[in-house]
Amino acid sequence: MAIIYIENKPYQAPEGKNLLNACLSLGFNIPYFCWHPALGSVGACRQCAVKKYRDESDTRGQIVMSCMEQVAGGLRISIDDPEVREFRASIIEWLMANHPHDCPVCDEGGECHLQDMTVMAGHAYRRYRFKKRTYANQELGPFINHEMNRCIQCYRCVRFYRDYAGGRDLEVFSAHDHVYFGRHDHGTLESEFSGNLAEVCPTGVFTDKTLKKHYTRKWDLQSAASVCVHCGLGCNTLVAERYGSVRRILSRYNGAVNGYFLCDRGRFGYEFLSSAKRIRRAAKRNSASGAMEPADKKIILRSIKEIIAGGRVIGIGSPRASVESNFALRRLVGPDNFYSGMSAAEEELTALSIRIMKSGCASFPSLRETEKADAVFVLGEDVTNTAPMLALALRQSVKNRAAASLKKNRIPEWDNGSLCVIKDEEPGPLFVASLLPTRLDDAATRIFRGSPTQIARLGQAVAHAVNENLPAVSGLEQAVAKLAEEIARELTEASAPLVVSGAGCLSGPVMEAAANIAAALAAVNPRAGLFLALPESNSFGLGLLSGKPLDQAFQRAEKGEVRAAIILENDLYRRSEKKRVDRFREQCRHVIVLDFIDTATAAKAEIILPTAPFAEADGTLVNNEGRGQRFYRVMDPEEDCRPGWRMLAEIMEYAGIGDAGQWTTIDDIIAGLCAEEPELQGMREIAPPAEFRIYGQRVPRQPHRYSGRTAMKAHEDIHEHKPALDFDSPLTFSMEGFRSGPPPSLIPFYWSAGWNSVHALNKFQAEIGGPLRGGDPGIRMVGSSHKNFEYFKPAPVTPTPGGREYLLVPYFRIFGSEELSVLSPSIAGRIPGNLLLMNESDAKRIGAGNGSLVRVAVADAGASLAVKIDPGIPEGVAGYPAGMPGVEFMNLPAWGAITEGG
Amino acid sequence: MFSILRSMFLVFIHLFRKKVTLQYPEEKPVLPARWRGRIILTRDPDGGERCVACYLCAAACPVDCIALQAAESADGRRYPEFFRINFSRCIFCGYCEEACPTYAIQLIPDFEMSEYDRRNLVYEKEHLLVDGEGKYKGFNFYKVAGLAITGKGKGEGENEEPPVDVKSLLP
Amino acid sequence: MTVMGLVVIAGVLAAVISCAAFLVWFERRLLAFFQERYGPNRVGPFGVFQVVADIIKLFFKEDWVPPFSDRAVFVIAPVFVVASVLMSFAVISFAPGICAADLDVGLLFFLAMSSLGVYSIVLGGWASNNKYSLLGALRGAAQMITYEVFMGISLMGVVIMADSFNLKKIVEAQEHLWFCVPQFLGFAIFFIAGVAEARRIPFDLPEAESELVAGYHSEFSSMKFGMFFLGEYLGVTLISSLIVVFFFGGWLGPAFLPPIAWFLIKTFFFIIVFILMRGSLPRPRYDQLMGYGWKVLLPLALLNLFVTGAVVLVWQN
Repeated sequence: MAIIYIENKPYQAPEGKNLLNACLSLGFNIPYFCWHPALGSVGACRQCAVKKYRDESDTRGQIVMSCMEQVAGGLRISIDDPEVREFRASIIEWLMANHPHDCPVCDEGGECHLQDMTVMAGHAYRRYRFKKRTYANQELGPFINHEMNRCIQCYRCVRFYRDYAGGRDLEVFSAHDHVYFGRHDHGTLESEFSGNLAEVCPTGVFTDKTLKKHYTRKWDLQSAASVCVHCGLGCNTLVAERYGSVRRILSRYNGAVNGYFLCDRGRFGYEFLSSAKRIRRAAKRNSASGAMEPADKKIILRSIKEIIAGGRVIGIGSPRASVESNFALRRLVGPDNFYSGMSAAEEELTALSIRIMKSGCASFPSLRETEKADAVFVLGEDVTNTAPMLALALRQSVKNRAAASLKKNRIPEWDNGSLCVIKDEEPGPLFVASLLPTRLDDAATRIFRGSPTQIARLGQAVAHAVNENLPAVSGLEQAVAKLAEEIARELTEASAPLVVSGAGCLSGPVMEAAANIAAALAAVNPRAGLFLALPESNSFGLGLLSGKPLDQAFQRAEKGEVRAAIILENDLYRRSEKKRVDRFREQCRHVIVLDFIDTATAAKAEIILPTAPFAEADGTLVNNEGRGQRFYRVMDPEEDCRPGWRMLAEIMEYAGIGDAGQWTTIDDIIAGLCAEEPELQGMREIAPPAEFRIYGQRVPRQPHRYSGRTAMKAHEDIHEHKPALDFDSPLTFSMEGFRSGPPPSLIPFYWSAGWNSVHALNKFQAEIGGPLRGGDPGIRMVGSSHKNFEYFKPAPVTPTPGGREYLLVPYFRIFGSEELSVLSPSIAGRIPGNLLLMNESDAKRIGAGNGSLVRVAVADAGASLAVKIDPGIPEGVAGYPAGMPGVEFMNLPAWGAITEGG
Repeated sequence: MFSILRSMFLVFIHLFRKKVTLQYPEEKPVLPARWRGRIILTRDPDGGERCVACYLCAAACPVDCIALQAAESADGRRYPEFFRINFSRCIFCGYCEEACPTYAIQLIPDFEMSEYDRRNLVYEKEHLLVDGEGKYKGFNFYKVAGLAITGKGKGEGENEEPPVDVKSLLP
Repeated sequence: MTVMGLVVIAGVLAAVISCAAFLVWFERRLLAFFQERYGPNRVGPFGVFQVVADIIKLFFKEDWVPPFSDRAVFVIAPVFVVASVLMSFAVISFAPGICAADLDVGLLFFLAMSSLGVYSIVLGGWASNNKYSLLGALRGAAQMITYEVFMGISLMGVVIMADSFNLKKIVEAQEHLWFCVPQFLGFAIFFIAGVAEARRIPFDLPEAESELVAGYHSEFSSMKFGMFFLGEYLGVTLISSLIVVFFFGGWLGPAFLPPIAWFLIKTFFFIIVFILMRGSLPRPRYDQLMGYGWKVLLPLALLNLFVTGAVVLVWQN
C-alpha cells in the first residue's frame, strides 16, 4: 500500500495498480471509456484525465491520463481541478459530436455508460453545428444488435472480442473519423462470448437482441441474484423480469467465479423460460382416452397420496434440480429408494471428481483463479463447448507469460497495449489433448488428438515425467513420449501450473490421469491446481447426496420391485438408452414427473406436476468446484408451478410423511438437510436466512424508479393487489427497503447514484476487479485440507476390436448440447444440426459425403445422422452429437458400426 | 379589537362583489392551451405513431400510473405494444409530457372524463391515440434520430452525412 | 299542562331544529358569498334542499363505532349535546305567550344547561379512545370552565337591572331601553363567551381541524356526527336568541311587524354575525384563549357587575 494525495488529502492505494482503478476503488468518480477492469488500460479515449503535481509546491501540475498512471508513494493528483474538469468536458463534447439523437429508441438508454459519463463530465449542450457522421449497420446474428452510429470509438469491443475472448470475426475497419467496428460482412458473430459486447460496449452500438424482442428499461426490471443453470461452472447471473416474464440475463460479478463476463449460452439461454414447452398446469392422464388433462392440484395430490400409500416408490433426482429439491425427494422416498438420475458415465465421473477433490491431491482453484495459471494442460475436455467460461479463463492464462516478461521490463501488468503487442510472441503454454478439434486449439501450444484411452495414456506419461516414481507408460509412440516430456517440463517449470479435465470425454481414466499429474505437481509446487469440469449445474450437489445409479433403478424395476417412480426435473431419455427407458416406463405402474418443461419423459408420465425453473424458485446449486451458490426467484411462480422442494413438501404434507409438514421455507429444508448430512453444514452459510434484515428492512428487487405499479395490472383489476410475499429470502418484491450495500449474495442489481450502467458494479467491489464488498458469495462445500490421495493406476489398454468398427466419441456444442438452452429461440438459431463428424477417408470408405445420411449403431442403440467431414478428426473416430435435440442417447465412448443410408 | 372589526367588515363587503365561480355545466370555462387535462398520444406529420415506447413518461410519473411495453414494427419503428394509463391514479401533473422526447404524449385542455365506474378510467392505447399532432406541430422524431426506418435510410435524416464508406481510405 | 303548552313545545322544537338544519345550508351559502363564491345552489331553489340531501347522506353513512371505544359512552355523548341545548330553548320567550316553560329562574336554568353541554364533548372525546379526540375534549372542558365563569357574571348586570331571572321579565324590562346600551360591556363579554360556548370560530379549539383532525368528534360518523353538527347550529341559534333576549329587547319592536317577527329578525342578525366571524377571523392560540378569558374578560365582567350594582344602588337610593 502506498500513500497518495488526492486534493491534498492522503489515501491508501495499492502500489503498482493504475491510478484510475485506485481512485475508483477509493470511491472517487472519474469518467472513463476505453478502460475496463478486465481489459486493462490503453489510454485511448483521454477521458480519465486528472492533474498530477510534482510535489507540494507544484501549483501548475500536468494533465495525465489516470488509467496510464501507476500508483506510487507520494503521488499527488487532483480530480476536481477546474482545468482538468474542462479538459474532460471538452473530450466528451468531441466524443458526442457525432452521437445520434437516439436515446429514446436505444436499448442502452437508462443504463448507458456514455450517458453517465456525459453527465459526470458536465457536458450538456451540443455546440457542434455541422452534420453528423452515419454508418450502415450489420446483421450480427440472433444475439447481438448493431447500431454503429452510436459508436464513440473506444475500441473496447474489439479489445474484448479479439484480445480477451480470442474471437476473429470482429474487426476495426477504415481510418481517421470513419473507424468502423464490425465484421467484414453481415453474419453471425462466431465467438461464444459475443453477448458480453452488450455489457462491454459503453453505449448502444452492441445491444442484447433478445432483450429487444421484449424491451424494458433497466429501471423497470425486477431483478434477483441467480446462478446459471446451463453448465456446471455456476456462473453468477442477474435475472431481470417485467410483466411476469424474464427479459434478460446479465452477468453478476463474482470475483471467484465468472468475474465480469458470461458465455452466450448462459446469457441467452433464459428464453426457454417462456418457451411453449413450459409446463404450467398440473395434469393427469385420463385412463380412458390416454390423454393428459389438466386437473386440480388437490385431486392430483390425492392420487399421489394413494400411489405413495401403495408402497414400492422410488425417486429419481436430477443434476439440474437444486440441492433442496433433490433432498426433498430423497426424504420423500427414503435414501434407499433415491436414485441420482445421472447417466452411468456422468454418475461415475461426478463421484470420481468429488472423491479427487476430497482427497486434496492438489489445490483446486476457482474458475477465476485459473486465469492466473501460467501453464495449462487440458485433458479430454472441449472446454469452449462444455464449460465455456473456463475457455475464456484459459485464454487469459496464456497471456501470463507475456505479462511476466512485461513485469521484468518494469511495464505494469495492466498496460494492455503493451501486453497485446507481445502476447502472441510469447504465448503461455497451453496443451490441449482432446478427442476432436476444439475451439481452444488456436490458442494451444500443442494439440494432441486421440481416443480417451490415448489421452489417459498421455496423461499418465506426463505424470510419470513429473514424478519418476509413478509407473511409466509402456509402448508409447515416440512423438507422444516427446510431447509428454515437453508438457511435463512446462508444467514443472511453471509457478502456477493447472491441469484441466472433466466429464467432457466421459472417461474415468482421463480424469484419473489428470488427478495423477496434478498430485505429482502439487508434491513439489503447492500452487499446482486441478480443475475438473462437470456437465450440469448441480452435478456436484447431487453427487454429494449419494443417490444410487440409475441403472440400479432399472434393475429393480426389472425385478418388479418398483410400483411407482417419482421423477424430478429429469428427462431419462437423455440419461439412458431409449429401449431401456421405455422398458422402465412399462414396468412402473405409476410415473409421476415433476418438471417445468415438457420432456420425452414427461410425455409418458401418468401425473405431471409443474415445478418452477430457476427464475421462479429459490435454491442452491453446487458448481463443479464444490461451491454452493444460492439463486433467488425473481418473480413468484405462476399458476400451479412451485419450486421442486416446495411441491415435494406439499406432497409429503398431504401424504403425511415425516415432519415435512413443517417445511414451509427453504431455510427449514436446509436445516433438515444439515441434520441429515453433516458434510453439508456449509449450506447454512451460503446465504443469509429469510429473517435477515438490514436496519429492519428487506432488500428490494425493484429499482427505486420502478414504474407503472398502479397501471400494470389495472386492465385486469382496478384494485391494486398486494405485492407477492417472500418467505424464503430477505428480498422483497417491492421498491421499498434497504438498498445501499446488501450482502453480496443478495445483490439484486447494480446501481449507484450517477452510475446507471453495469459499471455501477464499481461501487460494490472492495477493490475494482477484486472481490465484492463483504466477500464473494458462495461457499466451497468440499474442503481439501487433509491429504489422503493415492495415485490412480493406469487403466489397462483395451484391445481395439477388429473389422470395420469406429470409435464413437461424444462431442458437445455450446449451442445444442444443453437441454434447456436449446429451447431458447435465439440459441436454437445457432444449433449446428445433428451431424456425425468424420474423417474424409473414413467417410469415403463407407461412401458418404458431406450431408449424406448414415446409420450409426452401437450395442444398445442406433441413430440416423447426416455426415459432416472434418479434417481435424483422426481416422477411425467419429464424433457423435451427444445430447443435441432429437439425438438418441448412446453410452459413449463406444465402438460402433457406421453404414451408409438412413 | 379594531382590526378584528375591520377585517369582519372587509369580509362582509365581499358579499356584494361579483362571484368568481363559473356555473360549470351551463357556463363552460375557457381553458388555456397548455392546461393539463386529458392525456393523448399523438401522431407525427406523416401519420405515424409518435410514441417510440422509450418508457420515460412511465419513469417520470410520480404515481406510476403509466404502463407500456415496447415493440418494434417491421419497418424498424419502435412503438408501444400496449400503452395504459390508469386515470383513477393520474394526478395530471404533466411530468409525462415534459419527459416525452418525441412530443407523443400530451395533456390537452379537456377535463370532462369522469366515470361512475373506476374501471372505465383505465385507458388503453386505442383510447389515447388520436389522429393528429396535438399541440406541437411538425416534429418527426425519426427525421432527427440516427435510427434507420423504412423510407429513411442511414444518413437521410436532418443534419446527417451520408453513411461512411468503410472501404475508402480517403481523408 | 295545557294542550296549548304542548303545541308550543312542539312548535318550538320543530322551529328550532329546522332552523338549525336550515343554518347548515345558510352558513355555507353565506360563507361562499363572503368568499365571492356561490356555495351550494344546486339542490332545489337556491340550493335550500341541500340540507335535505345532507341529512339523507348522513343517515345512509356507515354508523361505525370504533372497536377500541367505550361503546355506551360513545353512543350517549352526541345525544347530550343536542338535548342540553334544546332544554335551554325551553326557557326562552320568543314572543308574548310563546314560551315552553316560563321559569322564574330561566337564566340560571340556561347556565346550568350550558354547563351540561360540555359533558358531551368530554364524554365523546374520552369514549373515542383516540389521542386527538381526548385532546379536543380536554380543551373543550378547560374552555367551558373558563368562559362559563364570566358568562354568568356578565349576565348579572342584566339581572340586576331587570330585577329578575325570568327571561320574559327581562325582555319586558327593556321596554324603554334595550340593555345593550347600559350593559354594553356585559353584552360584549356575553357575546364573546357565547361564541366560546357554541365552540364557533374563532373559539373552536376543541375541534381545531388543522391541529386535531376533528377534535372530540373525530371518530364519530353518520348521524352521531350529525348530532354534533346539529348541536353546534342549535348552539349558535341559542346564543343568538339569548343575546336578543338579554340585550336587544327580545320580541320588542315597532308594531308594524308581529313580535315574533322582530325576535326572528334580531336573532338572524346575530346568526349572520356568527357566520361573518367564521368567515373572517383566525383561531387564536390556546394559551391566548385562556389568558384572554382569565386575565381580561373575567376582571372586566367583575368590573361590570360592580359598576352596575353600584349605579343601581345609587339610583335606587
